[in-house]
Amino acid sequence: MPDLLAARSQMAMSLGFHIIFAMVGIAMPVLMVVAERRWQRTGDRIYLDLAHRWAKGTAILFAVGAVSGTVLSFELGLLWPTFMEHAGAIIGMPFSLEGFAFFTEAIFLGVYLYGWERISPRAHLAAGWAVAVSGMLSGVFVVIANAWMNAPTGFRWVDGRAVDVDPIAAMMSPAAFPQVLHMTLAAYAATGLVVAGIHALPLLRHPRNAFHRRALSVALLIGAPAALLQPLSGDLSARLVAQWQPAKLAAMEGQFRTERGAPLRVGGWPDEAAGETRYAIEIPRGLSLLAFKDPGAEVKGLEAFPRPDWPPVTIVHVAFQVMVGLGSFMALVSAAALWVMSRRRELTRHRWLLRTLVLAAPMGFICTEAGWVVTEVGRQPWIVYGFMRTAEAVTPMPGLIVPFLVFTSLYAVLGVVVAWLLYEQVLRSPRTTEEDAA
Amino acid sequence: MTAALGPAELVAGCALVALTAYVLLGGADFGGGVWDLLASGPRRRQQRALVAEAIGPIWEANHVWLIIVVVLLFTCFPAAFARLAVTLHIPLSLMLIGIVLRGSAFTFRSHYGAGHGEESGDAAGTTERWGRVFAIASAGTPVLLGLCVGALAGGALPAPGGRTGFYATFVAPWLTPFGLGVGVLTLALFAFLAAVYLTVEVQDDDLREDFRRRALYAAVVVFVAAFGTLGLALLEAPLMGRGLITGPWAPALHAATGAAAVTALWALWRRRYRLARVAAAGQVSLILWGWALAQYPYLIPPDLTIRAAAAPRVTLVLVLWGLAAGALVLFPSLIYLLRVFKREPAGPRA
Repeated sequence: MPDLLAARSQMAMSLGFHIIFAMVGIAMPVLMVVAERRWQRTGDRIYLDLAHRWAKGTAILFAVGAVSGTVLSFELGLLWPTFMEHAGAIIGMPFSLEGFAFFTEAIFLGVYLYGWERISPRAHLAAGWAVAVSGMLSGVFVVIANAWMNAPTGFRWVDGRAVDVDPIAAMMSPAAFPQVLHMTLAAYAATGLVVAGIHALPLLRHPRNAFHRRALSVALLIGAPAALLQPLSGDLSARLVAQWQPAKLAAMEGQFRTERGAPLRVGGWPDEAAGETRYAIEIPRGLSLLAFKDPGAEVKGLEAFPRPDWPPVTIVHVAFQVMVGLGSFMALVSAAALWVMSRRRELTRHRWLLRTLVLAAPMGFICTEAGWVVTEVGRQPWIVYGFMRTAEAVTPMPGLIVPFLVFTSLYAVLGVVVAWLLYEQVLRSPRTTEEDAA
Repeated sequence: MTAALGPAELVAGCALVALTAYVLLGGADFGGGVWDLLASGPRRRQQRALVAEAIGPIWEANHVWLIIVVVLLFTCFPAAFARLAVTLHIPLSLMLIGIVLRGSAFTFRSHYGAGHGEESGDAAGTTERWGRVFAIASAGTPVLLGLCVGALAGGALPAPGGRTGFYATFVAPWLTPFGLGVGVLTLALFAFLAAVYLTVEVQDDDLREDFRRRALYAAVVVFVAAFGTLGLALLEAPLMGRGLITGPWAPALHAATGAAAVTALWALWRRRYRLARVAAAGQVSLILWGWALAQYPYLIPPDLTIRAAAAPRVTLVLVLWGLAAGALVLFPSLIYLLRVFKREPAGPRA
């Protein structure tokens, strides 16, 4: 394995691992405080139990997220020292702010997890909110830094280095808002729906289980609206990509030729050698319409770019199809669930809905991984789009396959253990029925 | 050396403060793991439980100081960060593995372990295994951190382009007797801090005596390691060694460090634990600052100064403002955290 590929693989693996824990760390605190608030308002102790148990799971996930995030902050330099040497001064600012947001999150999570008996209920709930808000801000700042890599602003590039650095302008990259919105919604949608799915499964057998019914309702309250809004935010992101990273858009859509009235391709398999995308369902003028709000607009194909500037087209196109496909499915399920809830019907009486929720449970995380593949692989061969190539940024250290394999094995073990611990915890869920609880 | 202090020096000072906080707080959490590893005697279980209780609510917050240091380094001194990341790739990666294993194993153990009343015999075995991972990672990580600091302080990290060969470029700079000495010293300091802190936090008298004895042993190890490292510095890292001996501030600093060390020992001996805690923290901070002063104005001796490595002024100034704003949120929150969990007596609210 060449060192550049090993470095990219290690970075991708580390990010792909961390992102799951980071998303849970953003969204779970909201679920916890909603459950706790319901307990405080109604006196229904099952909600308190729910907050306790969710907090316990969150503690594990947060810890793994914290340490895997630390690994990433070092890996920026361990793998991409030249990138950090040039970009550190430009985009370090959001990372600094993230440092403080994460600090606040860690502090109040400690208070929340260990403080149930030490502080007043009001203070405890407030600590939960502090975790939720600072967790969201942590994510926002990190994504702002990533947005800069896609649409870099706030400097001039003269003779191979950045001058006239303006860190504030760098944070205001045009990609920042769409990416932040898309990622934040993704955290709530994916986490909300995975929790909903986990609690929907036992409800198929025990529809009167009071614990899982309450859990499902809180999880959907957070996850379903986010999943429903996500396609709109995705549209915003895609239009930004069309404007700032036309080569990435062409790869996402499998668009090889530059044409007016370009079709939207659903599915399909790009053949880079032949320069065409096969087996796709083509919606005439769809891409021009979606990307530029004009069915006759010209869309640049990959042919407009020199071959060395192409991202890996097949990976990007397939990942994009996966994200859009599963994301749309999540939006539909969420719409159905919200419709049932808004009519004050019982979700558990619709077994098809419970089953679909179980099916949709892992989709949010799959979408997220696919979405990051689109973002990161789609930016290749650039690490800073248009300015610095990934190959220029990599460390001179040889043998990078070794750390790649070591960290991959480490994370594989951690992933299995975490999954096992959470599985055991779900198995121990209370069996109280609504009739017992009443 | 310029007389005036600019924003670069200010940020470097802030990074030193953050590193000091990491050593005093996060370091003690690693030290707690060392005492888990070395738990012995009739109260072995209670010793481990005390360590877990002491670090449980706070280790993640304490850990963030390290992230602050790294972020300040790559934002404000990107050239230095890049060089460290290249030449110290191997020990930093190993340290990260230690950090990951320590944190994960601790959490796995504490959330499904003793005292939570839900484990069966099988789960108890698993808990024990994660406890071992936690303890071993806690002991190994500080040595690796010290190795990296030793390589930096020893002036062994010139720009990577100048050398040829894998060993010469990526191993030799950090695998030195001086580096190992700093690694051992770091481990001893962390264990010392943890034992001293635990004497204040513990409620049970026998257990307190256990940790008092451990603190005293650790103080002796610190003493030996500190002088051994100084000797190695004079032999191998003359820049650092000379700085520590001949700097204009050196006599005053060494006198203060010595006074803090003696006070800590005396206070432990006389069972004045709060005083011992303050003195121990002072002693460790002074050792850290001695290192920083000895290599000032270099960020990476012998050739990269703080100024030369610094980011553009606008970045430094913005980060300083960011630090000020962040501190306004951070310090009240931290004080709140410590007040909730570290007030004495440490028992839960009635």
